[in-house]
Amino acid sequence: MSENLLFTPFYRLHELAGAKFVPFAGFSMPIQYELGIKKEHLHTREKAGLFDVSHMGQVRLTGKNVKQELEKLVPVDILDLPLMKQRYALFTNEQGGVLDDLMVTNVGDEELFLVVNAACKEADVAYLKAKLTDCEVTLFEDKALLALQGAKAREVMAKLSPEAARMTFMEASNLTLSGIKCFVTCSGYTGEDGYEISVDNDDAERLAKVLLDFSDVEWIGLGARDSLRLEAGLCLYGHELSAEISPVEAGIRWAISKARRADGIRAGGYQGADIIMKQMNEGTAFKKLAFIAQGKAPVRDGSILVDEHNQEIGVVTSGGYSPSLSVPIALGRVETSYSESNIFALVRNKKIAMKVVKLPFVKQKYYRGV
Amino acid sequence: MLHFSEDHEWILLEEDGTATIGITEFAQQQLGDLVYIELPEVDDEIEQGDDICVIESVKSASDLIAPVCGTVIEVNEDLEDSPELINDSAMSHWILKVKLKDPSQLKDLMDEQAYQECIEEA
Repeated sequence: MSENLLFTPFYRLHELAGAKFVPFAGFSMPIQYELGIKKEHLHTREKAGLFDVSHMGQVRLTGKNVKQELEKLVPVDILDLPLMKQRYALFTNEQGGVLDDLMVTNVGDEELFLVVNAACKEADVAYLKAKLTDCEVTLFEDKALLALQGAKAREVMAKLSPEAARMTFMEASNLTLSGIKCFVTCSGYTGEDGYEISVDNDDAERLAKVLLDFSDVEWIGLGARDSLRLEAGLCLYGHELSAEISPVEAGIRWAISKARRADGIRAGGYQGADIIMKQMNEGTAFKKLAFIAQGKAPVRDGSILVDEHNQEIGVVTSGGYSPSLSVPIALGRVETSYSESNIFALVRNKKIAMKVVKLPFVKQKYYRGV
Repeated sequence: MLHFSEDHEWILLEEDGTATIGITEFAQQQLGDLVYIELPEVDDEIEQGDDICVIESVKSASDLIAPVCGTVIEVNEDLEDSPELINDSAMSHWILKVKLKDPSQLKDLMDEQAYQECIEEA
């Protein structure tokens, strides 16, 4: 199992921190450290968590018309994305499903910086090369990615760079942190204020040590990363979004830019646009719902959802225990035509009542300036 | 006398011929933070090898495998509200007590030294 796994530049530090490793998207990644998932989760909410997300794909896209070109693949306004601003995007397919979700940053007139999911990065690069023949697509093999997230993340970064302290949500900046050149965005996957920091592999360990020297900063593994993103109500590719699930069904209409909608100035023009615009107009057969499971048993991904007559009406796409709320929480894909007041999950042949709630489960704390 | 199973349970044979069952420190560490335990019912008849109880940690659900045959005579209800007690001290928080059907089954289990060797190999 382990012979072909890749290691990030932080592997040695993870080992020293007592990490338990799991194979993930071809990498050996820390699922948790000595604190354990629950305490790591709460530490991130209260203080600052440091995440190794170097397994994700960092991609440079360059070309004369790179912004117009990328708009062919995403239902997102890239042309009007301001310089050094980041936006969430989706590669759609012809059926209106999603090939991957990603972050796009405008880093220059003819250059975009993308961060894509680890498990999709090879396919994404091949797709970009095939579709955007006038652009150059480069997957960075020599860069690591760290995320610093949580209530104290800004305070920590402020000690390293006054400019970092001023950054607002979805802003990007080239910063020198403790003498190390970094590309920093103010974003993340926890619902907290925080940063993602791209750094050369050669400087990666040194940067991590600088951050870990702050008493508020602890390594946080992929286990807590998932429970944090679930509490924040964020989609996970392969769960809430997939080649068969459109962004409209996944409840993220906001990700489809106004300019690209049916009444927008550059309506459509991306894969599956007709289907997505029709769904936005007429609704969808399935929708995403958020639940608090009644009782204490966690309701996990894949659990079947039924109505009061035991009729199957959907499936849990992400589910687990919320360390912040101390209750089991879940996201599900449910047939739109059923009442939201009588939904049950089947867990080991027991019916667990699922209370529909609004997202996010835990309030997002993005810093949008004063 | 204290026995151990390959499934990382400890089994304490009481003088009255009942067995008290819990999970080991090693098992607790492997599972991580426990959030829920679905206890068996008192009077349940259990067969060696049955799934008798579900232990859910933050990351996953695991089954407790019956190390012996018998009848459940008591379950530790404190764990319903506070499964994390097992994380605090796995050896001092039992999960269930069983009236043994065949006490000779305990011979199939390991003593402490053999169990230590077993987890070191793992």
